[in-house]
Amino acid sequence: MPKTAYYIPVGPIHPALKEPIRVEAEIEGEKVVKVDVKRGFAHRGIEYMGMKRNAIQTLYLSERICGICSISHPYAFVVAAEKALGIEAPPRAQYIRPIIAELERIHSHLLWLGVIAHEMGFDSLLFWIWKGREKVLDILELLTGNRINYSVFMIGGVRRDLKESHIKALKDMITYYWEFTEKMKEIMLSDPVYKARTRGVAQLSKELALKLNVVGPTARAAGLRMDIRQDMPYDAYADIDVRAVVPQDIVGEARGDAYDITMVRIYEIEQSLDIIEYCVDNLPEGKILAIPNYVALLAKIRRTKGEAIGAHEAPRGEVVHYLKFDGRDGPSVWKVIAPSYNNINSWAPLLLGAEVADIPIVVAYIDPCMCCNDRVALLKTPEGKVLGYEYIHKKAVEKTKRIEREVKK
Amino acid sequence: MGKLTNFKRSLWVFHASGGSCNGCDIEIIAALTPRYDAERFGIKLVGSPRHADVLLVTGAIPRDFADKLKRIYEQMPDPKAVIVVGNCGTSGGLFYDSYNLVGPIDEIIPVDVYVPGCPPRPEAIIDAVVKAWLKLEKLEKELEGKKE
Repeated sequence: MPKTAYYIPVGPIHPALKEPIRVEAEIEGEKVVKVDVKRGFAHRGIEYMGMKRNAIQTLYLSERICGICSISHPYAFVVAAEKALGIEAPPRAQYIRPIIAELERIHSHLLWLGVIAHEMGFDSLLFWIWKGREKVLDILELLTGNRINYSVFMIGGVRRDLKESHIKALKDMITYYWEFTEKMKEIMLSDPVYKARTRGVAQLSKELALKLNVVGPTARAAGLRMDIRQDMPYDAYADIDVRAVVPQDIVGEARGDAYDITMVRIYEIEQSLDIIEYCVDNLPEGKILAIPNYVALLAKIRRTKGEAIGAHEAPRGEVVHYLKFDGRDGPSVWKVIAPSYNNINSWAPLLLGAEVADIPIVVAYIDPCMCCNDRVALLKTPEGKVLGYEYIHKKAVEKTKRIEREVKK
Repeated sequence: MGKLTNFKRSLWVFHASGGSCNGCDIEIIAALTPRYDAERFGIKLVGSPRHADVLLVTGAIPRDFADKLKRIYEQMPDPKAVIVVGNCGTSGGLFYDSYNLVGPIDEIIPVDVYVPGCPPRPEAIIDAVVKAWLKLEKLEKELEGKKE
């Protein structure tokens, strides 16, 4: 190593990171010349636990995969479960679900806009945005009873109905946020300081975005028109013409940098407001659960044999759940794909050649969520021997057989 | 809560997130932002455990993370207090039968204040910090007694 190169380990616990992950960078002067990302510190084995519980318990376990996307994972789960069971949620429930999912998108995007301001060193903006974020949390609390982890979805519907007073509160909130996003555009998008700090930072080209398989706002900021709500519509999204928000529709060209992703996220908040307004205005009457009796629901699951894939556009990208029902009252196979797993791939190419001061912006750019994506990361024996692919594959086969036996019991 | 006679400084908090789902973590940040505004009491998040009076731990602790948590705890100067935020840290909660979690946090490091809830509200977190403050007051008194 030449004298000018420094080795900078970041994490797993670091003030810049809210969650455990390790980034090892080699620095020459101000330039990053080598990066390595290590993950797996937040692995909890949720899929394994879900395969031992019944489907309703697993639904609320899926909510705890991530506290910020605590509607996205249950949404993908119920879409998959309903496909496998061959049932459909009543129309009223199909309209209530997108309302809550879009409220969550608003709170998640506001959270990110605050975090990026903090990473730039603009703390007063962080506090101002988070003050505005409390409004949507109040509405979520009114509608569902909790600020985070709402537990409001159920296989075949929702557990809570919308009341007249809720609709009035939602309308108030929509007016509030239209003003708020206008102010946010002025403070973030028209501000020369913000522009200077984010233009050209963390720039992801369209080709690289396709190659790295990034999803969600990260891909849309690079100019890719992809959105699950547009490509594979479900529930009320099929009635609404949702179009992916891309920078070329707003300013004419997509550069895929931190400025563009800010723009995409602010415009997506406005899109969410439109969707909520449409759903509230066109809310059908009727019941909210296809099978109101949970015992009957579990009995139906026990009788069902089948598998399905459910997808939902979470604030960070697409969430995909695969479920297989096979004679148990819960899933016998459950597989989760979270958006941050794809998006974290963009760190290494973006960090290479970047300046040290840009590292926090690159890291925050994709809105990483470790708890969503951490898989088993045991690659060394206690003696320090690195395990090869064959060994891990053999262990995986053994484990699958063990689970099969346990499930059959 | 009475008057603090021994522990006469602002409370600095270090936040360590284990296998948390982020729910508690964002509620901690929400407690610091204008609606709840814990900073008006001088409560502040700091970047290093060596500057902190209170350790705030969220989430259940994965096997890989337990030794790191112990190291953070050992780096903190005396007197120190530990707060566990959330159900999964206090008892395992929803993740009780996971293969990769090493039990409640109080089996790894000594814990002074528990905040149950999934996630607890910001008010509950501020209340826990105030409780830790009283504990620190007591510890500081004992330390000063030892000096004399």
